[in-house]
Amino acid sequence: MNSFGKMAVYGLVLVLAVLAALNAHDSLFAAHAIVFALACAIAIVVTAKRAGASADTGDGEKYLDGVVRAGTIATLFWGVAGFLVGVTIASQLAFPALNLEWAFTNFGRLRPLHTSAVVFAFGGNALIATSFYVVQRTTGARLAFGNLAWFVFWGYQLFIVLAATGYLMGVTQSREYAEPEWYVDIWLTIVWVAYLLVFLGTLYKRKEPHIYVANWFYLSFIVTIAMLHIVNNMAMPVSFLGSKSYSLFSGVQDALTQWWYGHNAVGFFLTAGFLGMMYYFVPKQANRPIYSYRLSIIHFWSLIFMYIWAGPHHLHYTALPDWAQTLGVAFSIMLWMPSWGGMINGLMTLSGAWDKLRTDPIIRMMIISIAFYGMSTFEGPMMAIKSVNSLSHYTDWTIGHVHSGALGWVGMVSFGALYYLTPRLWNRDRLYSLRLINWHFWLATLGIVVYASSMWVSGIMQGLMWREYDAQGFLVYSFAESVAAMHPFYIIRAIGGAMYLAGALIMCWNIYQTIRGNKRNEAPMGVVASEAA
Amino acid sequence: MLEKHEKIEKSATLLFVLSFIVVTIGGLVEIAPLFYLENTIEKVKGMRPYSPLELAGRNIYIREGCYLCHSQMIRPFRDEVERYGHYSLAAESMYDHPFQWGSKRTGPDLARVGNRYSDEWHVQHLINPQSVVPESVMPRYAFLAKTEVRTDDAAMHLKANVMVGVPYTKAMLENAATDMVAQATPDHDGADAVAARYPKAHTRDFDGDPKRVTEMDALVAYLQMLGTLVDFKAYKAEDNLR
Amino acid sequence: MEYETFRIFSDSWGLVYMVAVFVGVALFIFRPGTKKHHEEAANIPLKRD
Repeated sequence: MNSFGKMAVYGLVLVLAVLAALNAHDSLFAAHAIVFALACAIAIVVTAKRAGASADTGDGEKYLDGVVRAGTIATLFWGVAGFLVGVTIASQLAFPALNLEWAFTNFGRLRPLHTSAVVFAFGGNALIATSFYVVQRTTGARLAFGNLAWFVFWGYQLFIVLAATGYLMGVTQSREYAEPEWYVDIWLTIVWVAYLLVFLGTLYKRKEPHIYVANWFYLSFIVTIAMLHIVNNMAMPVSFLGSKSYSLFSGVQDALTQWWYGHNAVGFFLTAGFLGMMYYFVPKQANRPIYSYRLSIIHFWSLIFMYIWAGPHHLHYTALPDWAQTLGVAFSIMLWMPSWGGMINGLMTLSGAWDKLRTDPIIRMMIISIAFYGMSTFEGPMMAIKSVNSLSHYTDWTIGHVHSGALGWVGMVSFGALYYLTPRLWNRDRLYSLRLINWHFWLATLGIVVYASSMWVSGIMQGLMWREYDAQGFLVYSFAESVAAMHPFYIIRAIGGAMYLAGALIMCWNIYQTIRGNKRNEAPMGVVASEAA
Repeated sequence: MLEKHEKIEKSATLLFVLSFIVVTIGGLVEIAPLFYLENTIEKVKGMRPYSPLELAGRNIYIREGCYLCHSQMIRPFRDEVERYGHYSLAAESMYDHPFQWGSKRTGPDLARVGNRYSDEWHVQHLINPQSVVPESVMPRYAFLAKTEVRTDDAAMHLKANVMVGVPYTKAMLENAATDMVAQATPDHDGADAVAARYPKAHTRDFDGDPKRVTEMDALVAYLQMLGTLVDFKAYKAEDNLR
Repeated sequence: MEYETFRIFSDSWGLVYMVAVFVGVALFIFRPGTKKHHEEAANIPLKRD
């Protein structure tokens, strides 16, 4: 499409958005229509400026890397935002006065902001950026469909803005990790289809006969998320110009559909996608091929087959029929095998080069992320066992489990990939500082340990207090007493989160300086003092 | 035959189609039967759709993210049944679009909170939770009492529910906006009609301000009916093994 | 069909079937003669920067 065609489309959408804002059924929908109209206006201005400038869009270059650079910065920005909201809501649970007696800053509205910011804004941008980078390098082809990748990037940022502002204003479907309302869901579907086109199109153009396994994981992540997103968000709007809808399903069917989605948002967004990252960046950073390529094929097929069944373990002992719960347990436990197969594959890539752990803080970050992957994929199946789940469900244990996976696996492997990417994307011969990565590594690792262990203790304590009986056969604790007992652990948890946030801020500084082309004058890592002398 | 997987590895289309098939199987086998197996939802007496005011309250419950800290799903354990009441049945959320089972108990389960506390307690607790439960970490919701609930689109909400399968009758649709006001206004002419259309619905002023129908009215009306509909004297668990 | 029937079927034939498929897939992938092919594939990331 030429610039005029594009501007015409944006203009048409702009007019429609303004009309929607004027005729909106409720003020929240009007607000979102205005956001949408503003986005269109910006797109028109940018397109006009581009058309006026020289026609060079960098098509002569081998790879389209501008969008990966933008994605790197977006990942950092949303990461810090998401961690900050996380520390905020953690502090609110310790000190409820921090809710500020204002609807917009209440825990109930900030929590979806936190989860979506870290999962979809931070994680999603990391996945989109790295998948665009990896697919070009492993196929030898430039991204397909010209600048469609840029539409994916900006369209996705618009989705994030619509979702985030919606949560603050109270627009939510109450489906965990799928809270945005129907019109935002439709927008994400359009963006996602464009993403699939770019990715598949690039695979079709490839100059390499074989499709490298990292791309399989990325592809299955894109395809499965599309399926989950569409099915889980089927809903009937109250008005087609209004912000409220009612889910197509109800009660028990709705619950299983949601947790089929919710569990596989973990399985495909936070696992398969990031495994794609692992299968490219770990071999690259270690400069040796993956330990066993054949194991990675088995890892792939068994992981994607089994994950999709495990959703019912979120609904143990509920009104979900027993047969579905049993299936959920069986597949959750089986999942342990492909997960650990993948972990071994990632870790053993370093076999024969373990000394790199001492000298290369980036590889150390990647390896600890794989270790956390192994830990949380062991903990997960354990918590899916019904008798364990009867204690852990509804408690902070689940929160601890999620964070060891999200902060440990997803966060650390993304940090590793970003540290790898930055010098290459901006043509710098090295990062500003390796020693700052070391600081980031230790702050993040200790932060996770503090976070997860405080949640284990509080979760198990909470579960035990709820079910404790005295000798006369009466419940020992009121619910309020169990809440009071959580207080110290909520403080410790907030400190752990703050440490993790501090690490991310150090990373931002390091990457900012690298982009500016600065190099910190520092002693090299891993060199023993006597050797250096 | 031996080259088969090589083909998959070398064809983007095959990889795309096969991985899609592999990831659909689990969902089909697990979720689809729930829609046609007859015993997925128990046969019970007493379930009815939400009254317009209760539905509005439920939407406020959703909007404020209450489900993030409060479950509505009592599991069949001795401690939970003693603490919260009879374990939850699938039938009790049959009209819940979406379900509100929750996943975390930062606060207690609310599946049967209806009729347990007075309206005054609820209002005070929502305005300042720590004033009635000092240990509570719940945020304050004083703004609900100051905000009037929207009544003009009540029929549209019911209609959307009809579209997804909730059996609202013609009379319910026609009187939706009036029913909403009548349920929260003392001595309103339509109060009896509300009680007739929605058995066990509480018809009274909930928030202490009889002149206005506020979001507080709606939310408390919803909380006060939670878990009160099913007649457990007529319910036989052994008929409903699933 | 009753729950029990499903349960007995999946505990026996279902389980055997899944294990057989898994073993089949694993043997197929680890069959001799594909080593070179997989080594090539594994080295793809190291070819380009």
